[in-house]
Amino acid sequence: MEYLGQYKAVYKAKAGCEDILSKAQDGGIVTAMFAYALETGIIDGAIVAGPGEEAYKPEPMIATTVDELLAARGTKYSISPNMALIKEATRSYGLDKIGIVGTPCQIQAVRKAQLYPIGMRDVPDKIALALGIFCMENFPYQGLYQMVEDHCATKIDNVTKMDIGKGKFSVYTERGVNAQIPLKVTHKYEQPGCHVCLDYVANLADISTGSVGTPDGWSTVFVRSAAGEAAFNKAVDAGWIIAESMDGVKPGLELVTKLATEKITKNQKYIEHRAHAEHEALKPLRNPYI
Amino acid sequence: MGLFDKFKSLLFGKGDVSEGTQDEKPVASKQEPVASKQEEPVSAKHEAPVTKAEPADMKVEQKPIIQKPKEEKPVADKITVGHVHMSGCTGCLVSLADNYEGLLTILDKYADLVYCLTLADVRHIPEMDVALVEGSVCLNDECSMEEILETRERAKIVVALGGCACYGNTTRFCRGGQQNQPQHEAFLPIGDLIKVDVYIPACAPTPQQIRNVCLMAYLLLKGNDEQKALATAYLTPLMNLAAAGTEACGCDLMTEVINQGLCCGCGSCAAACTVRAITMQYGRPQVERDLCIKCGACYAQCPRSFFSFDVCGQYESITNLIGEVMKP
Ligand SMILES: Cc1cc2nc3c(=O)[nH]c(=O)nc-3n(C[C@H](O)[C@H](O)[C@H](O)COP(=O)(O)OP(=O)(O)OC[C@H]3O[C@@H](n4cnc5c(N)ncnc54)[C@H](O)[C@@H]3O)c2cc1C
Ligand code: SF4
Ligand code: SF4
Ligand code: SF4
Repeated sequence: MEYLGQYKAVYKAKAGCEDILSKAQDGGIVTAMFAYALETGIIDGAIVAGPGEEAYKPEPMIATTVDELLAARGTKYSISPNMALIKEATRSYGLDKIGIVGTPCQIQAVRKAQLYPIGMRDVPDKIALALGIFCMENFPYQGLYQMVEDHCATKIDNVTKMDIGKGKFSVYTERGVNAQIPLKVTHKYEQPGCHVCLDYVANLADISTGSVGTPDGWSTVFVRSAAGEAAFNKAVDAGWIIAESMDGVKPGLELVTKLATEKITKNQKYIEHRAHAEHEALKPLRNPYI
Repeated sequence: MGLFDKFKSLLFGKGDVSEGTQDEKPVASKQEPVASKQEEPVSAKHEAPVTKAEPADMKVEQKPIIQKPKEEKPVADKITVGHVHMSGCTGCLVSLADNYEGLLTILDKYADLVYCLTLADVRHIPEMDVALVEGSVCLNDECSMEEILETRERAKIVVALGGCACYGNTTRFCRGGQQNQPQHEAFLPIGDLIKVDVYIPACAPTPQQIRNVCLMAYLLLKGNDEQKALATAYLTPLMNLAAAGTEACGCDLMTEVINQGLCCGCGSCAAACTVRAITMQYGRPQVERDLCIKCGACYAQCPRSFFSFDVCGQYESITNLIGEVMKP
């Protein structure tokens, strides 16, 4: 429980609508939740990782229509600074009820902005639905490019899906699985800032979702806050989301817990190592966690 | 966790240290329904502002609350707050005022404004619990130098309010040569002259951040041990910023975050910057340093400058709580 954060309920779930599922990464939970929230006025816009100028280089954007949400489906394994739009959403976009999707670190940033709004006037009250996606690590765009073009020998423009699972990084093209490399090979391309990250399943989100734990085409979903619970239950009642019990699902929460524990333990060790306690001659590096 | 739930009941059962006192607000407001409170505003004492939440008498109540005579003291133990205006632009004070009715709630229940040249006729700096100091200090202006010293001597807690007081902000660029005091050229953040306890960076600081600091200062000074613990947990990062120094710049993102291997590419810094000096390029902040006015918002807002799991992990209960205590 500790490694998975606080939650009210956990489900195996997927979108109820084929249109969403066709290009969703997993169960299409993020897109379905936002689409439902948009249609019913729970949010009036959502910050998502939209398509950028280069293939698989995400560009944060504010989606105010379902079509825009659909265009943002799928995981881009590179940095999408979604928080960069959080204040603008309340300004020129004039949103009152913002949805935002983000990796655990971005959801942490949302909560910090709500409790310590230092340069974020009027943002605290306007966050309506923060959806977190599980995240083991992320890659700078050049790193991802290298992994795809060099290691996988695949043109990145031809890629239709990327996926990390079962110890492999896979790229799919129109013709099916094109290449797979062991995750071991990708480690050196990881964003360094990810190595001090102590959150795997977006503990501070209203709802968090990811692929680990449930079969292909389904998502694991943690419903966490009161706002998240209200929105999720309504979306299920309205048929936008199909939710089933996690009981008996393989590999289930056991695997989620195992991976969360591994990530947090490893990164905790790294943070301790950064203190350089064992080397008198080395000064400590900065620790952001007070 | 327990701390925050307790805090909630403790706040309403003001000053009561025992944990069993759950019959705080909801019960109180039911006990003293619509009628009783209008008739006896004085005897309503502690509960008076709380009972106001009854929707039925909202309209009737609004005026009386604003005009309520001072002697009534609905909360026995308010803290005293002053606004000290050094070389600032009054934008920080406007931000405080931009809490709108929230400011009235604060003044009603938690704080007396004992000094503020913009709003009240008290001419000299009095003793106060909290000094919200805006603006930097002109070394070439004797009166300012005296005032900042007096502020420190007379305030229990000195808060540097806004980028100028914390870090100099635009006054970092002053270099004299203008009529009619061309010799007024040297400006320093207040922390270079006196010890500062808490920073509220940014230009302008946000109304919500000022509100939160005021509420937490109230708990720190008037609360029991547990309330103090909460306030301390909340204020610690802002006290750490004050202890860390008086220089800020968009460069901090490089020197303290990226160079330290800590940036996660979230983009908060770009959102925080008032002057849009920061764009995100390949997942990292790119600072247009000639646009930067040195307000310190970007670094302070960055989740990798400080992040408290204790406080942020409880965002839901703290947010609910702030919403509740801010009800008029
Ligand atoms: C860098 C990264 C690492 C991940 N690691 C894991 C993992 O270890 N285990 C696991 O179970 N799941 C992981 N995920 C989550 C998983 O890949 C899916 O994003 C998640 O299951 C949501 O799928 P969906 O079908 O519900 O979403 P969809 O309906 O397909 O929508 C996906 C949403 O995610 C947003 N998005 C895409 N890329 C990014 C990005 N880079 N930053 C922010 N938002 C983005 C899109 O805007 C879109 O709104 C990771 C995701 C990312 C971005
Ligand atoms: S591993 Fe952590 S720091 Fe890195 S992208 Fe994921 S959530 Fe952010
Ligand atoms: S870059 Fe922007 S936010 Fe950062 S210190 Fe400069 S002006 Fe302030
Ligand atoms: S706010 Fe986010 S993007 Fe900006 S420096 Fe900090 S971690 Fe990096």
